[in-house]
Amino acid sequence: MANTLKKVDAVIVGFGWTGAIMAKELTEAGLQVVALERGPMQDTYPDGSYPQVIDELTYSVRKKLFLDLSKETVTIRHTVNDVALPYRQLGAFLPGKGVGGAGLHWSGVHFRVDPIELRMRSHYEERYGKSFIPQDMTIQDFGVTYEELEPYFDFAEKVFGTSGQAWTVKGEVVGRGKGGNPYAPDRSNPFPLVSQKNVVSAQLFQQATSALGYHPYNLPSANTSGPYTNPYGAQMGPCNFCGFCSGYVCYMYSKASPNVNILPALRQVPNFELRANAHVLRVNLDDSKQRATGVTYIDAQGRELEQPAELVILAAFQFNNVRLMLLSGIGKPYDPVKNEGVVGRNFAYQNMGTVKAFFDKDVHTNNFIGAGGNGVAIDDFNADNFDHGPHGFVGGSPMWVNQAGSRPIAGVANPPGTPAWGSAWKKATADYYTHQLSMDAHGAHQSYRGNYLDLDPTYRDAYGLPLLRMTFDWQDNDIRMNQFMVDKLSKIAQAMNPKSIAVLGKQVKEHFNTASYQTTHLNGGAIMGTDPATSALNRYLQCWDVHNVFVPGASAFPQGLGYNPTGLVAALTYWSARAIREQYLKNPGPLVAA
Amino acid sequence: MSEHVPDNPRRDFLRKTLTLIPVVTVASTGLGLGASAVIAEPARSPNVPEKTDAAQYQPAFFTVDEYAFLQAAVSRLIPADELGAGALEAGAAEYIDRQMGTPYASGALWYMQGPFDADAAPELGYQLQLNPQQIYRLGIAGVLGWCRAQGNKPFHEQSAAQQDRVLAALEAGDLVLQDVPAKAFFSLLLQNTREGFFCDPVHGGNKGMVGWKQIGFPGARADFMDWAERNERYPFPPVSIRGERA
Repeated sequence: MANTLKKVDAVIVGFGWTGAIMAKELTEAGLQVVALERGPMQDTYPDGSYPQVIDELTYSVRKKLFLDLSKETVTIRHTVNDVALPYRQLGAFLPGKGVGGAGLHWSGVHFRVDPIELRMRSHYEERYGKSFIPQDMTIQDFGVTYEELEPYFDFAEKVFGTSGQAWTVKGEVVGRGKGGNPYAPDRSNPFPLVSQKNVVSAQLFQQATSALGYHPYNLPSANTSGPYTNPYGAQMGPCNFCGFCSGYVCYMYSKASPNVNILPALRQVPNFELRANAHVLRVNLDDSKQRATGVTYIDAQGRELEQPAELVILAAFQFNNVRLMLLSGIGKPYDPVKNEGVVGRNFAYQNMGTVKAFFDKDVHTNNFIGAGGNGVAIDDFNADNFDHGPHGFVGGSPMWVNQAGSRPIAGVANPPGTPAWGSAWKKATADYYTHQLSMDAHGAHQSYRGNYLDLDPTYRDAYGLPLLRMTFDWQDNDIRMNQFMVDKLSKIAQAMNPKSIAVLGKQVKEHFNTASYQTTHLNGGAIMGTDPATSALNRYLQCWDVHNVFVPGASAFPQGLGYNPTGLVAALTYWSARAIREQYLKNPGPLVAA
Repeated sequence: MSEHVPDNPRRDFLRKTLTLIPVVTVASTGLGLGASAVIAEPARSPNVPEKTDAAQYQPAFFTVDEYAFLQAAVSRLIPADELGAGALEAGAAEYIDRQMGTPYASGALWYMQGPFDADAAPELGYQLQLNPQQIYRLGIAGVLGWCRAQGNKPFHEQSAAQQDRVLAALEAGDLVLQDVPAKAFFSLLLQNTREGFFCDPVHGGNKGMVGWKQIGFPGARADFMDWAERNERYPFPPVSIRGERA
């Protein structure tokens, strides 16, 4: 039997970005808050201290900061007719573990959102007609607009200490010729810090895309271009392009993380407690099933404990939020055959394409230099910035050089046709390691009726509970968009006059490959929306069915974005927290009538 | 920022390094290595000879026959040639033997609950029930047995050209082993060999930072504030976590 602990006002499951933001907001509102993090305590010191953290084998290769699959993983199949098999080794995506979550090891590309992507279905229907959207594509509107979210994007950037160049501020153009993005929506303020320097690879991308008539801009980066103190008093030092960014703790205190930017402030308040090594098994509901009473978790000693709470925030990684809802009986599980139910629907990803360019020895890209959020991008093919009519696919893609730093075990790429071993491999590696660049088409990914999440009938975690099952494959729209984008990217590469290029795009009928790293940008499964028949959460990230459960995170996205998700995740979390503080706490109940 | 922020471990490290060379040692890297595995070698003089002490290592996991295979195989996968030392000289065989004592090698980092489907499509990722220790044991036994059955010399006594043919057959999956898919064995061997050539020397490979020097990777320098924008060859040689300089 579980021991029951003293009741708190709010319990937060998971302490990554969304958990940290919610903890800060709810403690500011005077609530007694407990955050339960299943992984260990970890912080810049000692876990990210120099020189121990400058260790590719331990971090990138053995994946020290990522999800511990020995305890819990997901299963994956391509269609409902297949048997799902476990994701036994980390490959396609790399969720985090421990305090800070994926926010400790992320890269730091910190975008907002293209406004049309918040009203994806409405926008496409208005511009191209209903029949333009494939029948099995289940894209939806988020139910919130860019204008509503703008103050929260603005505040999140101040918390993160984001470097970048505005295009317009309050309608006035300020970014022309300075690295601003002419496709970016209006802002209420400039970025807190100026753009980072551009590495040589990014300079080459800037020159090539300018020559082709595109509109290159500096990537907004949550790696600092200078020293910074955020609104919570947290201090950051300037990024030194050390190249050990994505997959690592930032030893320079330059990459925004829950640990650097929010936790120091939470440590100062008496009404917050963070419990590490606390693995939540389920949300407990009362007999009506319309109200949560708290959560049950396992502590470091294996004891089962019940933490009662008035308010439950599911702030775990995208698929863990969905799994906890399914394990707890919150919301109706999605059935793709009947196209009914909400929990698990609209599971979407990122539609990546990559082109690498290899140069002669007079071009020094020095790929060990890098910063995770740094780079130059174009949005000429992102969102709906070009006419999709002649091309017949839904979705867009930013393209960029985002040189986060590549190291020799995992980061060696050679021209196509190079053997994988022997003297020829060795010579190519010596010839090209510091004379190459990599570009991505970071394509938006749409949601489909057949791509969804549910509980696996066979495989279980270390606690005996069913694993989450992903049913997911690339659809025709994805492959056609990817081929279009990779073609554009190849032409950009050719404009750099390289010795050779390598093109990594999708082939017709290609299946989702779980072994090959793509991104950790998983979306959906517990989506927000305006209709309880097609969304699990209302526009404030509140469960339609259980009003004292809120579920922030990319699990709320009805489809994937062209941009990286963290900026929108953070803004939506602040938006949801504001609704809790200003509306829910005064009158607990549904914030939107079902 | 203040020059004397108490929690600036990097500056502390650099300051201490200057005074401590050549007797720097470091704490465990969290890989489960015992203390003996992380005892520092003395730091090298600025001009590190390509000759390393890789030959002196006594394996703890591999048998004599297995280790002979491993040394021969890594020396073909990344051979010593006109560019410099290869994986054998870098200590890759020693590195792999040391790795066999870590949680990685017993499969403890992976989800290893059944049922297993060894015939699953490659897009579904690794689906064998074998961990790295088992793959090496079964894979090496399979190759040595195949060499015997062909009436050939043991692998490590074969010519370089013969060894390359065996490795290529493993890579292509043309050489069928009884207990482990040849491609799985080969890809593990190649991956671990590259690790042993390019890892920080704290893990037992990349001795003298020979792998890093050949490609121009500066190791643990990790500070390029003044170099980010420059289209120039980076001029400084690598350093390691233990403060060795190549």
